[in-house]
Amino acid sequence: MRAQARIGFILLLMPLILWLGLLIIIPHIDMFLISIRERISFGVYETSLTHYQKALTEPLYLRTFWRTAVMSVLATVITLLIAFPVAYYIAKMARGRLQQVLFLLCLIPFYVSELVRTFGWMILLRETGIISHLLQWAGLADQPVEMLYNDAAMMVGLVYTSMLFMVVPLVTTLESLDDSVVEAGYDLGGTGLSVLREIIIPHAMPGIVSGCIVVFMLSLGNYLTPTMLGGKDSLWFTEMIYNQFIVRSNWELGAAFGFMLLVLSSVIVWGMLRLTGRTLQETLG
Amino acid sequence: MAPDLECVDLVKKFGDTTAVDNVSFSVPPGSFFSILGPSGCGKTTIMRMIAGFLDPTSGDIRIKGNSVLNTPPNKRPVNMVFQHLALFPMMTIAENIGYGLRRKKMPQAQIARKVDEALDRIGLPGIGRRKVNELSGGQKQRVAIARCMVLEPDVLLLDEPLGALDLKLREHMKVELKALQAAFDTTFVYITHDQSEALVMSDQIAVMNAGRFEQVGNGQDLYYRPDTPFVAGFIGDANRWTGRIERAEGKALQLRTSTGLAIRATATDALAEGDIAELFVRPEAIRLAGNSGDLGDFENRLQGTVTSILFNGAASRVLVQDEAGETLEVTLPQSGEFSSLQRGDRVHIGWGAAQASCFKGAA
Repeated sequence: MRAQARIGFILLLMPLILWLGLLIIIPHIDMFLISIRERISFGVYETSLTHYQKALTEPLYLRTFWRTAVMSVLATVITLLIAFPVAYYIAKMARGRLQQVLFLLCLIPFYVSELVRTFGWMILLRETGIISHLLQWAGLADQPVEMLYNDAAMMVGLVYTSMLFMVVPLVTTLESLDDSVVEAGYDLGGTGLSVLREIIIPHAMPGIVSGCIVVFMLSLGNYLTPTMLGGKDSLWFTEMIYNQFIVRSNWELGAAFGFMLLVLSSVIVWGMLRLTGRTLQETLG
Repeated sequence: MAPDLECVDLVKKFGDTTAVDNVSFSVPPGSFFSILGPSGCGKTTIMRMIAGFLDPTSGDIRIKGNSVLNTPPNKRPVNMVFQHLALFPMMTIAENIGYGLRRKKMPQAQIARKVDEALDRIGLPGIGRRKVNELSGGQKQRVAIARCMVLEPDVLLLDEPLGALDLKLREHMKVELKALQAAFDTTFVYITHDQSEALVMSDQIAVMNAGRFEQVGNGQDLYYRPDTPFVAGFIGDANRWTGRIERAEGKALQLRTSTGLAIRATATDALAEGDIAELFVRPEAIRLAGNSGDLGDFENRLQGTVTSILFNGAASRVLVQDEAGETLEVTLPQSGEFSSLQRGDRVHIGWGAAQASCFKGAA
């Protein structure tokens, strides 16, 4: 009986173990091993940290690395600022059917692939696109306006792609906030701002933190949006990894980049949790 | 002295439905005023209008003589204890109580002193650093009151705050709330659907039904001298009959029910012979006796059979069926005299005409 239960438990655990082992742990160990070897000549390798050294000294690599980090944080902050009022409206102000419809509206863009969604922005923003035509038609511009291929366009794309992942956790936590707690905040003399700061935001904190972590990771690891909407100067770190692996066939450097990205996201997520005084355990519920 | 709270011709309509229909009342300073009514009668709507979360359709709300209609809820000198208390779960007890004071921009040291005073006042000193979910139901209750009372409001509104507590604690909190009200010497406006809460604690009770006040008075008024059939039926229990007036001499009436039972009663409304009337007799107003001689000079005397005994400790009742087939609820005295009473026993019952209130019924 006991032995049977044990086998059942192991069988139930198997998909998780396989998933973690085959797709995450083994590739990462392999990646790490690749990243610390140096090719001396054909088929001859030596262990060295030369690729990390290269990544950390080459200005272009380093600049892209930090830019990607800062831009991802910025995209997360902008997403939070836009998603919070949206989520508050859906969770607390909309009632019944309207609530469901609004929630669905947030979800609908995700029915089409990310590529098509991003292409939608290109149709809007490009030189011969809709907005450019509208501006000319309204007389606000006397020649076609190019709004693509810059940081702003890329930021728009990143925020748009991440929106749902911020709205969903926020709506969930805000829905659990009792209306009378907010009313009590006003009743006891609070203004809109102080109720937001002292009651609503502290209550929504688990949602804010988990939403931010997800959005940050998605932005950091995004490849499509920076490539399609970003300009020559908007190089994203994932593009560099792609280039090393696929274009230059330099797996060693690519693996080193990959590991740097992993360390970066871990450090920033850890910092975010420290900053808000939460543990990963609390945030994941 | 101006009343602490005064509502004048208050009306609130939601679309076509009138939730509060022309309600006027005033609450003298330092008193405990209850609004008692079944759920959905509009009592919470009144409270939310006083607190400022709803705007009345028409009418005026005055606090210490000044209209507060254009004052937002956070500026009104009233505070509210919510039905589920609405303590802030993300704050400690001290932060909860200090919340309103922080909003008033009071210096930190003074807030700390006031919070400590308030905690002493509610008999829970030293719990300031605890979290809300570490407290018991009764303690949360007291913290919710303290959180409002530190602001020294002119009027404290309480919206069925005992609803979530279990029976034993509710009984205890009734006494405690009354004591807290006396200790803080503030006007309390209390909303409830539980008549015993209202009767025990209040100086004045307004009985509300379908958006209107049926009667305003103290507990004794409502219990002994109900103005309307609704109040007679809502406060306490009652045996209830509908019948036709056979004889009317001033206030003294005789009514015959549809089953043919003749009852002597006292008129509350103006009633004439031939009118349809509703009659209420409380189970505790009916005396149970072994023989008719014990019923003294009661105007109404009946003989009947015990059909069932509803044992409920002090509130035990017996159901007695008379010869005409009417079943009456009669309070079973716990003096030992009727401890051997059984189903099927023959008993005599009687009550005075003054204990039978008669109201004009729907024709």
